[in-house]
Amino acid sequence: MNTQKIKIQFTLNNQETIITTYPMKRLIDVLRDDLHLTGTKEGCGEGECGACAVFINGELVNSCLVPIIQVDGTIVSTIENFASDFELDRIQESFINNNGAQCGICTPGMILASSALLMKNANPNEQEIRTNLAGNLCRCTGYNKILDSVKEASKLIRKK
Amino acid sequence: MKKFSNLRRVEGKSKVTGTALFIDDLNFPDMLHGITVRSPVARGILKKIHFDPSINWNDFVIVTAKDIPGQNIIHLIKEDWPFLVGERINHKGEAIVLLAHHDQQKLSEASTKISFEIETLPAIFTIDDSINKKEIIWGDDNCFKKYYINKGDIDLAFKDAFHVFEQTYRTLHQEQLYIEPQGAIAAYNELEGITVWGSLQCPYYVHGALTNLFNFSNEKVRIIQSETGGAFGGKEDYPSMIAGHAALLAYKAKKPVKLIYKRAEDLQVTTKRHPSQTTIKTAVDEGGKLLAMDIAFLLDGGAYATLSEVVLSRGTLHAAGPYFCENIRIKSKVMATNSPPNGAFRGFGAPQSIFAMERHLDNVARSIGITPEKIRTINFIKRGQTTATNQVLDEKLDFDSLLSTTLSKLKKDTKKSKHKHIKSGIGIATFMHGAGFTGSGEKYLASVAGIEAMDDGKIKILCASTEMGQGRNTIFAQVVSETLGIDPHHILTPAPDTLEAPNSGPTVASRTSMIVGKLLEHAANGLRNTLLAAGLIPEKYTEAKFIQALKIYKKKYGTLKSFHQYKQPEHIKWDDQTYQGDAYPTFAWACYGAQVSVNTLTYEIKVDNFVATQEVGRVLNRKLAEGQIEGGIAQGIGFAIFEKAIFKDGVMINNSFTNYIMPTALDLPRIHVYFKEWNKDYGPGGAKGIGELPLDGSGPAVINAVADALNICPDTIPYLPEDLMNDMEFLK
Repeated sequence: MNTQKIKIQFTLNNQETIITTYPMKRLIDVLRDDLHLTGTKEGCGEGECGACAVFINGELVNSCLVPIIQVDGTIVSTIENFASDFELDRIQESFINNNGAQCGICTPGMILASSALLMKNANPNEQEIRTNLAGNLCRCTGYNKILDSVKEASKLIRKK
Repeated sequence: MKKFSNLRRVEGKSKVTGTALFIDDLNFPDMLHGITVRSPVARGILKKIHFDPSINWNDFVIVTAKDIPGQNIIHLIKEDWPFLVGERINHKGEAIVLLAHHDQQKLSEASTKISFEIETLPAIFTIDDSINKKEIIWGDDNCFKKYYINKGDIDLAFKDAFHVFEQTYRTLHQEQLYIEPQGAIAAYNELEGITVWGSLQCPYYVHGALTNLFNFSNEKVRIIQSETGGAFGGKEDYPSMIAGHAALLAYKAKKPVKLIYKRAEDLQVTTKRHPSQTTIKTAVDEGGKLLAMDIAFLLDGGAYATLSEVVLSRGTLHAAGPYFCENIRIKSKVMATNSPPNGAFRGFGAPQSIFAMERHLDNVARSIGITPEKIRTINFIKRGQTTATNQVLDEKLDFDSLLSTTLSKLKKDTKKSKHKHIKSGIGIATFMHGAGFTGSGEKYLASVAGIEAMDDGKIKILCASTEMGQGRNTIFAQVVSETLGIDPHHILTPAPDTLEAPNSGPTVASRTSMIVGKLLEHAANGLRNTLLAAGLIPEKYTEAKFIQALKIYKKKYGTLKSFHQYKQPEHIKWDDQTYQGDAYPTFAWACYGAQVSVNTLTYEIKVDNFVATQEVGRVLNRKLAEGQIEGGIAQGIGFAIFEKAIFKDGVMINNSFTNYIMPTALDLPRIHVYFKEWNKDYGPGGAKGIGELPLDGSGPAVINAVADALNICPDTIPYLPEDLMNDMEFLK
C-alpha cells in the first residue's frame, strides 16, 4: 500500500476513538489488530458469513467489507459493547439457555443480527427470524436452537 | 443420584460475549506472521526455487524442506505425507516454501515473488483412472487400502433369485466448512522446545507429528488447544500440517509465528469428505426379502494415505445397512489421485456407503412394486441376528418402532401443494452408526483420562478430548458432578494442554462422551473411593462435606488425582485380518424422514419437514444432544442438495463462501428430533455416541423424497437444481 495514512475519528462502543491508518484498511482489521477487540470474527472475508457483523450508526454491517475511511464520523458498536460488566443482555442469556451457541465463532455476529431484528420487530415469527438471520451462517446448529434463542429473547424483551 | 441433564453450556458465557479466545484472537510479543507458497501444478518434480531479486529476502524467515531438522513426514497411519515438498509434487497446492515476517502486506507481496522450475508429470484425478493405472502415482497400484468381507455364499444366492437389481451411486467431495478457518501459533526456545497453540481436534496427533518433525523428545513438544470454531473432522489430521509449518518458522526465527489460513486457501488445500462410488447388486425374493448383497465400495483418497484406510473401514462396515441378510460380500478400495488428501468428515465414510444402500433399497422396492417402508420392514436386522461381519447384535433393537415414530410425525405435516408445478414427496432412510473406534481400535488406543482436586476444592478434568462446539466441556462437567454428587460449577474443564492432559485419544468417532466420559466416570468413582478409604467422607455425604474432604486431603497429602485407562470388555471380539467379529461395541440406531417440495419450473428443491428418530442410549443432556442431531442433519441436507465443490486440476475452484453454498436459516425447515433410550449399557450413565449419526441418513432421506416427488432416480449427490433439470430434460 503506497497510499498515505490518514486520521480517522469515530465513536466506538461509546468512546471517542482516533486512529491513524490507511484509508482502505478494513474495519475488521482495525478493530481486531489495532484496537484489540477480538470479539468480531472473520469467517470468510467476503461478506457472506456475517461472523464479523457490527453496528455502524445503528445499521448491521459486515465489517470485512467496510474500508475504515467510511467509518470516519460514525458511531460503531461491537459485541464488546453488548453486555454490561455485570449482566448479560437478554439475547445473550437466551442463547446460553437454548444452546444457541455451539462452537461460538458465529455467535457474536448472530447475536448482533438477532438484536438488529428485535429492535425493529420485538415479536418476530419463525419465518421472519429465518429471513433476518439468513446473512449469518452457522455450521453447528442447523439453526433450530438459534431460532429458539431469538424467540425466548423476544419474550423476555416484551415482558419488560 | 442427582442428574444435571439441563446443564447449560459451561463455556457459553465466553462465547456469547465474544471473549472466548480462538486462535486468531491470540497474539504474542514480537510475533511474526507466516504464509505458505504452494505448487502450481498437480504432479511433477521440483527442480529449482527462484527468489525474485527485487525483494530483500534477508528481511524474511524462509523455510524449505532442507530446513527440516527431523523427518519430513506427518506421522499418522502410513508414513507418506510430507510437511513440505522435497522433490516430488503430488497435488496442486502442496506446500513448498514457508515465509514469515512482521508485516502481513509485505509477506503476501513476497509470496508472489517466488517461482518454481518444475518438470511436470501427467496427473490423474478420478477413481477410474487410478484403478486403471493410467499413471502409477502411489505404491505399485495406486491403492492405499482394500477390504474384503464375506458372509454366506452370494454366488449361490444370486443363481436362482426372483429379482436381481444392480446400480451404481456416487457422492462428491464435501467441505467441512467450520466457520473458523484453520490456524496455529508456534513458539520455540531451547529450554522448553516447541509450543503450539491451535484450532484442533486431536492434540496428541499434532504432538506425534511434531516430535518426528524435529526429532524432539516428548517433553520438548507441547500442544495447547485454543477455542475451536467448528471442526467436524476437518481439524483431525490437517492441524498437524499447519502446526508443523508454524513450528518450522518459529524454530528458525526464534520468535513466535502465527499462521492463519484465509478462507480461499483453507478450502483449496485442506481435507474434504472422500468422493465415493458404490455399486450394489442385490437379490430379493417375491416379497422383497434380501437374499444376497454384493457391494463394491470405492473412495478417492487424494494424493496421500492420511486417514483414508480408516475412513474406508468405517464406510465398508456400514455399507450393508441395518438389514439382515445371510449372504453378503463387500469389496472396498481407496485409491490415490492427484488431489489434496481427503480426510475425516463427520460420518467418516459411512454417509457415502449408506447413501448408496438407502437409495438402492428404494430402487429395488420400486422395481418390485412395494413401498420403501415395506422393503425395510421385511429386512430390518433384529436382536440376535448377525451383521455382515457376523457380529451378533445383543441389545434391544426395534426398527419398526423407529420407523413408525418417524412416519407418524412426518405424515401429520404433509399437505398437497395448491400449485400444479410444485410436487411434493416423502423419503425415509434407516441406518446405524457404530460408536467409538472400529474393531480393536479402542484397545490399541488404551486411552487415559482423569481428574485432579485443586486447592480451592474444585475438580479439574484432565484429558486430551477437545471442545469444538459439540459439548465436551458440559458433558464432562455433568458426568463428573453426577458421579461425585456435587454441583457442576465445582468442575473445571480446561482445554487440553499436553503438558498435563493424558492421552485420551482423538476427539473423533462419536467416542468422546461414550468412551472418555466413561473413563471420567470411573476416575470420579476412584477419587471418591480414595476419600472414603481415607475416612474423610462417609458413604452418604453432603456437597459441603465432600469439598471440605478434598481440601483436607490436599493439605495432608499434597496431590489428589485419579486416572482411569480404557480396557476393552472381554466379550468384544474382533479379527483385523478377516474383518470378522464385533466391529463396534455398540451402535446408535435411527430412522430419518424428509418431506420435500420440488418446483418443476425453477427446479428448486425445498425440504419442508424433517423428522429424526434415534436410539442413543441415555440422552445425557437433551439440548446438547438435540443440537448435535439438528446440526448434523443440516450438514446432511447440504451434502444432498446444496454443497458442490467444483474441482479443476485436482483442487477446489469454487473456494469461497459465495460459490460453495451451505444451508442458511432460510434453506432449512425446523428439524424434529425424537430420542429413544433403550440400551443403557455403554457410556457414562448409559450414553452411546451420537455425533456422527445424523450425517448418515439425512442425505438419502432427502433424495428419496425427491425421487418420490418426481418419479426419478437420482444416483449422485449433491443433487442441485441443474442436475434435476438435466434429469427432467432427459425424461421428456
